[in-house]
Amino acid sequence: MTGPRSVRSVLIWAVVATAIAVPSMVAATSPLLAWRDPIYIIGCFAGVSALALLLLQPLLVGGYLPGLRVRRGRNVHAWVGGALVAAVAVHVAALWLTSPPDVIDALLFRSPTPFSVWGVIAMWAVFATALLAPLRRWQRLRAWRLYHMALAVVIVVATVVHAILIEGTMGVVSKAALCALVLAATAKVILDVRLPANIRRVASRNGNRPSV
Amino acid sequence: MPQVPQARRSLITACAVAVGAALTTRAFGLLAPLQAQGLAPTPTMRGGANNYLPGAHIVPRIGGGGFWLTGTVRRVGDGAPLQRIRIQMWAHTTEGHERDPHSHGATLTDENGVFRMEMPQIVPAFGQAHAHLAYDAEQDGNGFETVFLRPLMRSARDKSLSADFVLQKA
Repeated sequence: MTGPRSVRSVLIWAVVATAIAVPSMVAATSPLLAWRDPIYIIGCFAGVSALALLLLQPLLVGGYLPGLRVRRGRNVHAWVGGALVAAVAVHVAALWLTSPPDVIDALLFRSPTPFSVWGVIAMWAVFATALLAPLRRWQRLRAWRLYHMALAVVIVVATVVHAILIEGTMGVVSKAALCALVLAATAKVILDVRLPANIRRVASRNGNRPSV
Repeated sequence: MPQVPQARRSLITACAVAVGAALTTRAFGLLAPLQAQGLAPTPTMRGGANNYLPGAHIVPRIGGGGFWLTGTVRRVGDGAPLQRIRIQMWAHTTEGHERDPHSHGATLTDENGVFRMEMPQIVPAFGQAHAHLAYDAEQDGNGFETVFLRPLMRSARDKSLSADFVLQKA
């Protein structure tokens, strides 16, 4: 099948694949790796992977990825969420093994490095999201969505600040581009679908009075 | 009897007070230079003591060298240079992690209170290119308070880094 639709599909996947592949390749060829132990390198790549997965999450749940529209996209979103939790856990555990006092300082919010505060905030928000996820069936959907989205915003913003402030293995430009895409995708999914719908529902429940 | 105008009398009093204060300050300054107001003690930096291994040997250089970690050690107040003060350094370099014993070394300050240590190139680790320096009271007989520093490099390409200590008696 050829035509504007398939061209568009290929383009979307190409942009997403490039946004993830380029910074990953820059990280994989970073000269810093030569001076790091395997366990430290595993920790670095777990962080890079988590940032890459974070780009997929809003695209999947918004149904923007061709071939993974709404329902399938949402299933994959849940699996990617699980992978995100695992990546964060490996990231923190590997860094802990590499330099325990630095990670303990970060977890206790007394680290000298400004980015670690953001990393720890993002970590707790990821774990909270994972704990909240199974409650989707029991909670009222609208409330659950609001909690989930609020946590998602915290995760995305904190992760982007964390990543940008670090002098690490990812290239500065490719990392900034990936972060910009993560922010844009998150903003789009929130503005596009969820938030206006929620606000409209709340407004109608309050008797359709126009808010001034 | 002519009256000294109020303004002039105030001026004379003010001058006398000022001269007196200056003399007093001078006298106390000569008697107790350590009390002179001036250089404040360097505070320990957050994370400065991370991965510290007490008692690293005094070495001519750490590993293969190529990078210089330098600085001065002075005493609080008048800023007089302190000689034969034991400073220990460690960092994540091209030759090892912070926790590796071979990434650690110590040196003594010279008669000008200056220390210089050659070590392998420091590379970014844990998000920042940085070094650690310690004045550890338990490893040095001069009796100053322990201070740990964690200075950052402006650029990971820098070939040197400096950090200064102002120590106070324990």
